[in-house]
Parts: sequence; structure tokens; C-alpha cells
Amino acid sequence: MKGLIKEFTKGIIKENPTFVLALGLCPTLAVSVSVVNAIGMGVAATFVLLGSSVIISLVKDFIPNKIRIPCFIVIIATFVTVIELCLKAYSPVLNRALGIYVPLIVVNCIVLGRAEAFACKNNFLSALFDGLGMGVGFTLALIFISAIREILGSGQILGHTLIKGFEPVFVFGMPSGALLVIGLLLGLFNLIKNRKA
Amino acid sequence: MNIQEYLSIFISSVFIYNVILSRFLGLCPFVAISKNTRQAFAMSAAVTFVITASSVVTWLIYRFLLLPFNLAYLRTLSFVLVIAALVQLIEMVIRKTSPALYRAFGIYLTLITTNCAVLGAAVLNIDMFFVNGRAISGSFYYSLFQGFCMGLGYTLAMLIMSGIRERLELCNVPKPLRDFPLAFIIASVLSLSFMGFSGFKF
Repeated sequence: MKGLIKEFTKGIIKENPTFVLALGLCPTLAVSVSVVNAIGMGVAATFVLLGSSVIISLVKDFIPNKIRIPCFIVIIATFVTVIELCLKAYSPVLNRALGIYVPLIVVNCIVLGRAEAFACKNNFLSALFDGLGMGVGFTLALIFISAIREILGSGQILGHTLIKGFEPVFVFGMPSGALLVIGLLLGLFNLIKNRKA
Repeated sequence: MNIQEYLSIFISSVFIYNVILSRFLGLCPFVAISKNTRQAFAMSAAVTFVITASSVVTWLIYRFLLLPFNLAYLRTLSFVLVIAALVQLIEMVIRKTSPALYRAFGIYLTLITTNCAVLGAAVLNIDMFFVNGRAISGSFYYSLFQGFCMGLGYTLAMLIMSGIRERLELCNVPKPLRDFPLAFIIASVLSLSFMGFSGFKF
């Protein structure tokens, strides 16, 4: 049980996919305009990670080693299609806001990275917790970035105005603001890592 | 031939919605291989080639396989596999026919297999040039052209970025900001200047 909790928590801080492993930055930058979008993207990616990790860990013994990558991609794409159709049916607004970044979860390096590095070597339960942990870590990182951008870019959080009379800095809502925020955050994490070492 | 349409596709996909600086597609090679202009150019040439080829193939598959059999929901799955196979095929053909070209961008080809810019271009083409499950007139050529232009936009951003990074090589950058963080900050300033093409909306 202790081992499983470790698999779960390592994705949140120690091996955070966004800040520490620097994987899957494309969707992170694109959908972090508002916290709502970030949560939607995070949940979608977590679902895909969880589903693909579990299925891959279950079928890993049947897949020949040479063609494992195409097989993984088919499994991942299946889950992406499921979440895509669900979003379209139950939350058209969110689907429109996330746009092409929902089908692009297929080529998100976090998902294939976990499949290749973890799920195809471990058993069902550890893969489940690893997928969940990575998904939660990704979601938290997304929420963190989008909160910074939403507060600075529109003076709001989750649609509620925080400070009255605050003049928003529009650039943070634009693509260049996203790149600036992620650049400075990665620098900050490097600084913390260097201090510790 | 509708010149106006083509011109607007060109401007919007090269400048206004630049693949890297405004859509954030294909960021990994953008930060990883933009340290020297030659490599950056080889990579962008490979990307342009693959995006154009995959735009054609995915359009044909969507129009003649997925739509007639009501399989539009298999779009993501089939596109990923087709693009991966296509890249492999192109690599094999180039290796056999032109060793010089293979040396120039062969190694980058394998990296492109899961580049989000390629899949992104394919999905965008389908979203833009199919209305209610039907191809709009001329949509095949539009897709082809838009794929090519997105490749051009990618090349433009890569070349500017690698030029800047080559010059920054000799500068004294604060240690925590070296490499990745600095690359993102440069990209942010670049993206700010590209925003001028769309005009500011307040």
C-alpha cells in the first residue's frame, strides 16, 4: 500500500510532468487562458492517462516488443476519442474552448512517455496510481499557470473579480504571456533545484 | 482559383496564427533544436515537407474513407496512425533515392512522427474546410496550401529563433534561466511582435 501511495505522490511534486520533466508543454500553454479551461483539459488528460496506463499494463504481455509503440498509440487514441465524444455531447462550450487541443492529447508526450517508461513494465495497480498521480500533477500545474494568467490577464479567478479597479495586463491572456509565464516558472524551479543541491 | 482565399490562408497561417508562436504546436523541437541555424533549417524543411504530405493524405482519407462509411469519429485514431506510417515511408524513400537529402534531414524525420504540428494541421484542415460533413468547393487545394503555409510559418519562427539564440551564446545569462527558460522568454517576445499582425483587441 505504501508503495502505491508513493507512485501516486511522485507525479505531483518530485516528477511533476510539466515543471520537472518539461513534457507536454504545448497544451499547457494553449489552454491556460482561464482556470476553467485548465481544469477541463486536466481532467481530460487525466482520464486518458489513467485509461491508457491501466489497459497497457494489462495487455503488455501480449504485445510484441517491436510494434509496441503503434499499439500504445492506438490504445491512447481510443481513449482520446472517448473523451472527445463525451465533451462534445455533455459540454459543447468547453469543447469549443479547448478546440483542437483535445484530439492533440494523443501526441502529448506525457501520455506516451508514461506508457513507455512505466505502464509497460509494471503491474495493473501501480500503473493505475502512476497514471492518476501524473494526471493530478499535470492538472495542478495547469491550474497554477492558468491562475497566474487569469489573475494578471483579466483580474479574475474562475470568473469572479478579485480586486476592484485593478487594470488587467492583457498580454497575459495572449500567447506571448503564456510563454513568458512558463519561461519564468521554469527558471524559478531551476533556482529552487540549484539551491537544494 | 480564388486568389483572395489563398492570400488570406497564407497571411493567417504564416503570420497571424503562426503554428509555434500563437498556436503552440511543435514546441519541443522549437526549443530543443533551435540552437544553430543549420539544424533549425533542416528540421523546418522536414516539418514543412511532412505537414504538406500529411495534409493531402489525411484529406483523402477523411473524404473518401471516413465520411462515406460514417466513421468520422475515428478521425484522431486514423490520422495518428497514417501520419506515423507516412513518415516512415518518406524516410525509407529518401534513404533509398537520395542519400545526400537523407543526411540533411533524415534524422529529424523520425522525430516528427508524433510532432503535434503535423496532427494539428490535419485536424485544423478538416475543421476548417469541411462544413456539416461535406467538403467545401476547392477544399482539397485549400488543405494542401494551408499545410504548406503552416510549414512556412514554422520555418520562419525556427529561423528567427535560432538566429537570436546563436547571438545569445556569448551573453552572460543568469544561471537558472539558461537554456529552456531563456528560450521561452525569447519566444514570448517574438510572439509579442507577431501579435502586431492581428492587431490589438481591447
